[in-house]
Amino acid sequence: MSDLAICAWQKLELGTAITTPGNAAELRTGDWKTLRPETDREKCIKCGMCSVYCPEFCISEGEEGYYPADLFYCKGCGICANECPKKAISMVMD
Amino acid sequence: MTKAIGLEVSLAIAEAVKQANVDVVAAYPITPQTHIVEELSVYVANGELDAEYIPVESEHSAMSASVGSCAAGARTYTATSAQGLALMHEILFIASGLRLPIVMTIANRALSAPISIWNDHGDIMTERDIGWIQIFAENGQEAYDLSIAAFKIAEDHRVLLPTCVNVDGFILTHMIESVLFIDQKDVDAFLPSFKPALTLDPKKPVTMGPVGVPEVYIESRKQCEQALINSRQVVAEVFSQWGQSFKRNYKLIEKNGSQQAKTVFITMGSMGETTMTAVQELGDSGESVGQVRIRLWRPFPRKEFLDAIAGADELIIIDRALSPGVHNGPVAQEIKALLYDEPGKPKVHNVIAGLGGRDVTVKDFKKMFEMSRKNELGPNYTIWGVRSDA
Repeated sequence: MSDLAICAWQKLELGTAITTPGNAAELRTGDWKTLRPETDREKCIKCGMCSVYCPEFCISEGEEGYYPADLFYCKGCGICANECPKKAISMVMD
Repeated sequence: MTKAIGLEVSLAIAEAVKQANVDVVAAYPITPQTHIVEELSVYVANGELDAEYIPVESEHSAMSASVGSCAAGARTYTATSAQGLALMHEILFIASGLRLPIVMTIANRALSAPISIWNDHGDIMTERDIGWIQIFAENGQEAYDLSIAAFKIAEDHRVLLPTCVNVDGFILTHMIESVLFIDQKDVDAFLPSFKPALTLDPKKPVTMGPVGVPEVYIESRKQCEQALINSRQVVAEVFSQWGQSFKRNYKLIEKNGSQQAKTVFITMGSMGETTMTAVQELGDSGESVGQVRIRLWRPFPRKEFLDAIAGADELIIIDRALSPGVHNGPVAQEIKALLYDEPGKPKVHNVIAGLGGRDVTVKDFKKMFEMSRKNELGPNYTIWGVRSDA
């Protein structure tokens, strides 16, 4: 969780309302995971299938055309590793 | 000028709601609440009240529509009874959790089965943890006065909590009483227009009722609880302002009879008027007897209650609801829990009386007093008047 929500009860908005639209993006939801994806760049062909299948939309094209997962949101579900046509992604203990 | 008019109490409550100039009434008719919302629908239809009347398909929808309209910044009113209140159940918590100052009249009625349209407090006692301010009126004048005052209490920015005014079904709602009505300009001076703290507004979007993950839920509940605890002071202030403006003084806890009474009846709602007569007559015949009436039930005014019973040796707590399978009725349970830490606590008798509309008369209260004298009321509770072969 981010500091945004971790506050004293006195600081919560009235009725726990959210007054800043879209601030859920500031919540670190990636802290649920036990496994995280790790890409073997020797095997990766930069096809982007992992990005397409990621249910959290947290994999996108990065430097040199590889597809790293944003671990701030990644829940470690392993779908990317399962779908990778080159078996380039392995799930390792976080 | 203030005028006294003989009127059915339901219609007096409807008049109070009209004078409070509500923006939205969302209600479903249920006996014995019907006359209140029926009269309001007439006011809206004939243009006497400029409000949106939402004739919903159930009480669940009545409370849901109330939540929506109050969140949009409208002064919102509804009323219900018994099964209707039970059908609202889940939304009642949402109204307080979102800090929405809805005002509701509850014409207290027994819950089925068997079907009963008559009075007891089983409906509200089942809902006592909803986080609402809960007030009990004793007569028609109080029902009218407190229905206006309720908006001022609920909408105070130190409070912002839904508030219900309990009136005994039939015994109060259908009684024709002499009620002093207040001029509209005086009501307007007492009750300013509703200024919500947060509203649903496309120009300044907010999310009301988001998920409260485990890291947030406790703090959220604490915020609501503290608002309810703090509201005690605001209720007292509003009652005091009412007294200054209209010369009718209300306290959170009322005391009646001998100030040094050794035996004290504890009552809530209209039954207190009957007790008052019994206390008067017993006092006249030399008995040391008094009465304490609980007007504010939530938040429970602990200090005022303890002050009111100070010096009593014996309490006869009248519950108008049964809490099956436990040691006492709901009122007695709470008072006993409160007394646990008190030095020199009085002996407590608990009488569960008047369930499902059974009359409780002056004679009954005198009999209770006599039985308490002879120690015949038992250690836990007595269900008054239950026919038994044993």
